[in-house]
Amino acid sequence: MNSVLDFLTRTRGKTRLEAVDVLTYLYLLFGTIIMFGPVVWLVMSSFKSQTDLIRFPPTFFPYRQETVVVEGHDKPLELYTVTFEDGTTRQMAQVRRVGIEAQMIDPAAPAEIVKVNIKQRAPVESVYVSLENYTNGIERFNFWTYLKNTVLVTTATTILTLFVNSMAAFALSKYQFRGRDTILLLTICTLMVPLSVILIPVFLVITQIGWNNNLLGIIVPAAATPTGVFLLRQYMLTIPDELIDSARIDGASEWRIYLQIILPLARPALAVLTIFSIMWRWNDFLWPLIVLSRSELFTLQVGLNSFQGELQTQWDLILAMTVLTLLPITLVFGFLQSYITSGIATTGMK
Amino acid sequence: MALLLSELYQGLISLVDFVMHPLQDRVGIKGMAYIFVLPNLLIFGIFILLPMLLNFYYAFTGGTQLFPQNRPFVGMDNLNTLFTCSDFLVPNSCREDLFWRAVFNTFGYVAAQVSLMIILSLVTALALNRDIRARGFFRSVFFYPVLLSPVVVALIWKWILQQNGLLNALIVGLGGNAIPFMVNPQWAQLWVVFISLWAQMGFFTLILLAGLQAIPHEFYEAASIDGAGRWRSFRSVTLPLLMPTLFVVILLSLIRAVQIFDQVFPFTSGGPGTATLYIVQYIFQTGFSNQTKEYGLAAAASLVMASFLLILTVLQLRAGRSSEVS
Repeated sequence: MNSVLDFLTRTRGKTRLEAVDVLTYLYLLFGTIIMFGPVVWLVMSSFKSQTDLIRFPPTFFPYRQETVVVEGHDKPLELYTVTFEDGTTRQMAQVRRVGIEAQMIDPAAPAEIVKVNIKQRAPVESVYVSLENYTNGIERFNFWTYLKNTVLVTTATTILTLFVNSMAAFALSKYQFRGRDTILLLTICTLMVPLSVILIPVFLVITQIGWNNNLLGIIVPAAATPTGVFLLRQYMLTIPDELIDSARIDGASEWRIYLQIILPLARPALAVLTIFSIMWRWNDFLWPLIVLSRSELFTLQVGLNSFQGELQTQWDLILAMTVLTLLPITLVFGFLQSYITSGIATTGMK
Repeated sequence: MALLLSELYQGLISLVDFVMHPLQDRVGIKGMAYIFVLPNLLIFGIFILLPMLLNFYYAFTGGTQLFPQNRPFVGMDNLNTLFTCSDFLVPNSCREDLFWRAVFNTFGYVAAQVSLMIILSLVTALALNRDIRARGFFRSVFFYPVLLSPVVVALIWKWILQQNGLLNALIVGLGGNAIPFMVNPQWAQLWVVFISLWAQMGFFTLILLAGLQAIPHEFYEAASIDGAGRWRSFRSVTLPLLMPTLFVVILLSLIRAVQIFDQVFPFTSGGPGTATLYIVQYIFQTGFSNQTKEYGLAAAASLVMASFLLILTVLQLRAGRSSEVS
């Protein structure tokens, strides 16, 4: 017995597992359930049929009642396990239900109708993954339109962000020019000015330009991220100036230096910014909600919000569409998690 | 494929070079710096700096027109409307009672959320900083909800908290009575705090973890040679050295908490009643979703919020500096 305990508490390097370690693992395990459990529950629920969804208490796996095709009946009949007074049980199909009485038949001998109290029967069920919520949801929800808009906004903004920010960062890190410190200071200040503080005037600017109800109205304003300029500038400061000087001696123009030397060397920082930008734009909510009021322009987030407002209690469709909305970002995270976590840890930005 | 892409990129470089060379001949190398910052500066100026100035204009003009030329100057009227109260502690006695309710709700939310956020993310970061197995896995698990969009977060929890939801099933299973979480104001406020903790904690944990890992090991060794126990070395080594990071976390989480909107709006839409109506939603409703769009009032409210954020930031930076000196 002692040796089992020894084995269980053995750790790498250290001598023994202490009480604090046990507490740590318990805490992390509990945290894992709280953090991950709700998403798992959402995914499981999204496969359930509407009748299965209102079952209380709910089951973890999606279930479906078995049906059987019986001669003489057009529709498949629902299958029940019936318990008789003498204690015997039989699987029977229900023909119809009248009040508290159910008329059942044996699928093998469909001629004889047995009347049973509904308390005596329990449905025969099996685990069944239904994709119906997804197919119905996609039809009702305009999923492809919203997805197209979101992908368009996310890619366009990200490409624009990368270029605009890296150009500015290049200038701010590699040139001495008048006004540089002012621009840098303004950048830092705007880090602290959240969009929610200037909603109305930005909306005016957008309307004045004619970008109200236009995807450009959410693509362009989001492109000049102070975070991106900052991140890239800090990185570009580490690129040696000699590289640029020798390129100049070789007759390279400033644009060639930017495109051929700076951008390739800044790849790690650009990768981090790309991931950030995709995350930000995919999940944006308040600003698209204000700019877009025509439903054919909705992004996934705005669409999902209005969908849940429209359907109220049609959870079957809402759940499936929620899963579809979180799927892409989850896949990205699955592949790039170490990049993302270390990127955020080193820059401290989001 | 890769070869093709790189050739394409080379072609692009030559093209840009060809087009831009005359420009550089004209403005010189120094002048090119301005060309490089220009696009970013333009977007910046038009969509951030200009709106910041315009916000004042809106706050001091009235009417329901969006375009500035149609708006009559009303001076302090908007701010007066917001600040007309017979008793500032009772939202109902105010002319703009929704604003004050939003202010009070936001204060309550910020106090609860930020303090819990600091404690929980610090505890989690400390746990993840220990020599444990599967550290990368646990780190990812705690971070994962950060990536989820606010609407998705709201729907996940709405589903769990509904009358026939998972949580009520657990409560009934343990012998309790189902609780109407989304109908009861106190419960709704509590769950708003909870889901925002759930959705954001991983981010702050990650920053704190990076701060913890930057503390040199030698300090702990020296402390343990001096006979310091676990608690002592936490108080005398970890906490002081983590202070700068902790300040960043407090500042960021405060600023973000004051602006709470994204998760709450799809979650409760401010309800039940006005129990979870916060300032940004008040601004959003007043300026955009109400029948009469009172841009001036909304701009005045965002001005109030901006000044509050500014005060918070300045206080924080002061405190941060003085703690570094001591």
